[in-house]
Amino acid sequence: MTGPGTRPGTYAPRPGAASLPSMVLSQAGLEVRLVLRNGEQLLLTVVIPLLVLVVFGSVEVLDLGSRAERLGFLVPGVVALAVMSTAFTGLAIGTGFERRYGALKRLGASPLPRSGLLMAKGLAVLAVEALQLVLLGAVALALGWDPDGSVVAALALVLSGTAAFAALGLLMAGTLRAEATLAAANLVYLLLLVSGGIAVPLDRFPDAARPVLEALPAGALAEGLRDVLRDGAGLPLAPVLVLLGWAAVAGALTARTFRWE
Amino acid sequence: MSQPQAVEVVDLVKAYDGKVAVDGLSATVPAGAITAVLGPNGAGKTTTVETCEGYRRPDAGTVRVLGFDPWRDARRLRPRVGVMLQSGGVYPGVKAVEMLRHVASLHAHPLDVGELVERLGLGSAGGTPYRRLSGGQQQRLSLAMAVVGRPEIVFLDEPTAGLDPQARRATWELVEDLRRDGVTVVLTTHFMDEAERLADQVVVVDHGKVVAVGTPRELMAAGAQGTLSFRATAGLDVDGLAAAVPGASRVDEVSPGRYVVQGQVDARLLAAVTAWCADRDVMPEGLAVGQRSLEDVFLELTGSELRA
Repeated sequence: MTGPGTRPGTYAPRPGAASLPSMVLSQAGLEVRLVLRNGEQLLLTVVIPLLVLVVFGSVEVLDLGSRAERLGFLVPGVVALAVMSTAFTGLAIGTGFERRYGALKRLGASPLPRSGLLMAKGLAVLAVEALQLVLLGAVALALGWDPDGSVVAALALVLSGTAAFAALGLLMAGTLRAEATLAAANLVYLLLLVSGGIAVPLDRFPDAARPVLEALPAGALAEGLRDVLRDGAGLPLAPVLVLLGWAAVAGALTARTFRWE
Repeated sequence: MSQPQAVEVVDLVKAYDGKVAVDGLSATVPAGAITAVLGPNGAGKTTTVETCEGYRRPDAGTVRVLGFDPWRDARRLRPRVGVMLQSGGVYPGVKAVEMLRHVASLHAHPLDVGELVERLGLGSAGGTPYRRLSGGQQQRLSLAMAVVGRPEIVFLDEPTAGLDPQARRATWELVEDLRRDGVTVVLTTHFMDEAERLADQVVVVDHGKVVAVGTPRELMAAGAQGTLSFRATAGLDVDGLAAAVPGASRVDEVSPGRYVVQGQVDARLLAAVTAWCADRDVMPEGLAVGQRSLEDVFLELTGSELRA
C-alpha cells in the first residue's frame, strides 16, 4: 500500500539549519500569534491599560487638574504600564509555562540557538508593544491628549524599559515554578501599577518613599516618559540609567540562573 | 567490514543530586539501523538518551553522536538530530499543524508538512490547539516534529506510549520507512513486541548499565533453555530418553503421560525425540515447542519485581 509519504527516499536525510534571521523571524512570529491568541494575556496587555486610560482620563478620580493636564500625566503612565504588562508580566508568565510544558526544552534540541530564541522573544515583545502603543496613542489622542517632546527620546525610554522589564521577567520565569511565576508576576504588576508613577503621581507619596519609587523600573519609566511627552524634555538621563541598570543586573542574574527545563 | 557507528557511549556516568542514574554505561548504535533501548522504569534509559541529545552533561565517560560531542558541539549537531521527548515539548496554545510548520521552518530542507500530517492521521486535528489534542495525537505530533527536519538520526523516547493499535502501527511503519531511507533510529520502549518487530539491535539497560545487547533473535536464543512438551503413554523411561537425545539437558514426566524435554530445542532434538518414541512404538501427541519471548528474556535479565 502506498499512502502519503511512503515513497522510498521521502525520509532520506538532508539535515540543515535554516538561516538565523529566518529562524528568529519564524520564532518571533509564532510567539506574537500565541500572545494575541491568549485571552488572559490580552486582558493584562490591552484591556487594563485602556481602562486606566479611559476611566482615569475622563473621570476626575484624583485631583490632577484639567482634562488636558490629567491626560498629560496619565498617558506616559499608561504607556509604562503597557510596556510592563508585555515585557514583564506577559513574558514572565508565557516563558514560565513554556518551561513547564517542555516547549523550551524541545526548542533546545532544534537548530534555533538560545541566543536566537532570546532575540525572537525580544522581537515578539517589541511587536506586541508597537500594537499596544498605536492603540493607546490613538485612544489618547481621541480623548484630547496633546503630547510634546521628542519621539526618539520616548522610544529610547521605551526600549530601555523593555530591556529592564524583560530581564526581570525572564529572571522570574527561569527560576520559579510556572504557577509561582503566574502569581508573582501578577502581584508585581499590581504593586507597580499602584506604587506610583503610573496612575498615582509620585509627589502624593511620603518624601522618604520617593527616591525608592523613582528607582523602581515602573516609576523610572513613567516619570521619564512624562519628562519627555508632557514637559518636552530631551532624553532624561537619570531614568534611562536606572532602567539600564535594572536590565544589566537582572540580565546578568538571568544568564546565571535561567533553567530551561 | 564493520558498520559505522552513529552513537558511541563509553563508560557514561550521570548522577542527580548524588543519586546515580547512569552508572558506567557503554553502548554503540550502528548507523542506518533501528536500536531499541529496553529497561524497567528508572533504569537510566531517558538519562542516557537525553545525554545523547545534548540535554545533559556527562559526569564521566564520553558520548559521541555522528562523531560530535553532543554537549560541546551542540550547535553543529542539532540540525542533524531529530528529538521526540517522552512528553510535552509543545506550546499549549499552539495549533498542531502550526507547530509542525514552525519546526519545519527552522530547517533548511524540511519534509512536506501536509504529507506528514496526513500520513500520521493528524489532518483533522491540524487546527486544534495542542492542549486539546488527545494523548495519541500529541504523541504523533511529537513524532512528526522529530522527523520533519530530515535528520540523520532520531531519538524517540517511548514513541508509542498511550497509542491505540492503529496509531501504533502507523508509527511502526514510519519508523521502518526511516530505516529504509537510511535514517538511524534510537527508541526507548516498554513494549517487547515493538522491540521484536522493529529493532535490528536491542540494548537492555538496568541499574544504569547495559545488561544485554543483541538482535532480538540472538537475545531470545542466547543460553536458551527451550522446552518441548508432548503427551504419550505414562511411565516412559525419562532418563533413557534424556541420554538418547543430543541437546536434551533433562526430561521430566510432569504428570502421568505428560513429558517435558528441556534443552537446546531445535529440529534435530525434535527428530531424536520422535525417533526414540518410534523405536518404542509410542505415538507422541500434542507436541509443542515452547519458545522464549523477548519478554521472558527481559524479565530474566531485569527481574520480575515491580519498580517504582
